[in-house]
Amino acid sequence: MNKTALYNLHKKFNAKFVSFAGYEMPIQYKDGIIAEHNLTREKSGIFDVSHMGQLFIAGDVKLTDKLQDIFPTDLKNLSVNQSKYSFLMNENAGIHDDLIITKISKGYMIILNAACKEKDFEIIKSKLGEDFKISLSKDLSLVAVQGPDSKDLIEKIIPGVNKLKFMFGGDFKFNSNNIYVTRSGYTGEDGFEISINNNDVVKFVETLISLGSNLIGLGARDTLRLEAGLCLYGNDIDENTSPLEANLKWAISKNRINSNFPGAKRIQRQINEGVTKLRVGIKPDGKIIARESTKIFDENNNQIGKITSGSFGPSVKSPIAMGYVNNTYTKENTKIFLEIRGKKVSASVCKLPFYKKNYYKGDINVRS
Amino acid sequence: MSEVKFSKEHEWVTIKDDVATIGITKHATELLGDIVFAELPEKGTSVTKDGTAGVVESTKAASDVYTPISGEVVDTNQSIVDDPSKINNDPEGDAWFFKLKVKDLNEINSLMSREEYEKFAKESTN
Repeated sequence: MNKTALYNLHKKFNAKFVSFAGYEMPIQYKDGIIAEHNLTREKSGIFDVSHMGQLFIAGDVKLTDKLQDIFPTDLKNLSVNQSKYSFLMNENAGIHDDLIITKISKGYMIILNAACKEKDFEIIKSKLGEDFKISLSKDLSLVAVQGPDSKDLIEKIIPGVNKLKFMFGGDFKFNSNNIYVTRSGYTGEDGFEISINNNDVVKFVETLISLGSNLIGLGARDTLRLEAGLCLYGNDIDENTSPLEANLKWAISKNRINSNFPGAKRIQRQINEGVTKLRVGIKPDGKIIARESTKIFDENNNQIGKITSGSFGPSVKSPIAMGYVNNTYTKENTKIFLEIRGKKVSASVCKLPFYKKNYYKGDINVRS
Repeated sequence: MSEVKFSKEHEWVTIKDDVATIGITKHATELLGDIVFAELPEKGTSVTKDGTAGVVESTKAASDVYTPISGEVVDTNQSIVDDPSKINNDPEGDAWFFKLKVKDLNEINSLMSREEYEKFAKESTN
């Protein structure tokens, strides 16, 4: 089992560990998932996401051209230090992985899901050929600092970061060593992700804790991202779902739709003809929780879909879920039924996100 | 009131006259984490020792609640259905789950004392 450079610090803070994508990761600390969730929404939380892959590819204009053959994202108009959410897709537009591409001075940095990173590396490497240097870092940790107080806390140790806008990054120093910081995250809150050497990460996190931030486990990360309507790879998206079915069309650059990236033909067809299933938000009536794989029915008892993520939303204070339903059931407030422990429970289709995102996009904080 | 007894499924039971009060242990709530949903048996139903008699769900997962003793459900604690966080706050007190009219008082003999349960809980965690 792999461990991150922060493992001993997690232990010191009484983490309960789970095995996740081959890593022993903290699911929660002593105060529990709801307390950690609320700390992130109201103050500041630190997430060890070092299990995720940090892929670096060196190159110039030629590399941009080549990557555009792999990803459905307009990389030509990306400025240095700008990030985009994107997908690695198969020929059928199924999603191998969802990822964040950042243009950096020497080429590109791509953040990959932990469970997919080795496979992604092989796919991207084989598509790129021999012309570009590509590496999956083993020396770097990745830490997310999320929540409304984070910008002021982190500014104290990395001056200048609070000027970054959402989905932009830059080179900074900690302990006189280079780090790379982006204003991003996966909680729906304003926040940062810091790529930092394994040798410096413990001191970095300890400093943030001493300033008032809090370690947060994967359990709260899951409830936070679910409330924000964000997909968990392997649950809400996988090789059998396309970005259009996942309601993530916005992440395919408009000027790239007619290009020739893997899956382009199916994407074009789905844009023209529509999709047969769509990811939607689902709110069960009452307090019962619908977990992944819960079957969804219409009022005539026909199965019309399946839940892909479901839990209790501590900020919305009710059960919440996401899942796929047949395309005639996607309207807001459509009444549906969930089969939970043999009983049919009523629920409604609802808008995503459940919790309004609070990203920093400039002079004002934009809630979208 | 009888001495409190414990099951291997982490329920506690006390008996007064022929009515048993049943809940889940503090140790169980610590394993479960934040409880956000509770489902109780219906009044008037009969439940059988070691059979399911409810469900609790935490932010992480759902778990069955078993009855450590057989009988007919005579009362349920609606306040934990309305506010499941009470189960984390006072599992072995106010947050009892249901009361049974006991079928066979001898069933209690197979359950553990507090001392035995604490030893069992510690060993099963390690």
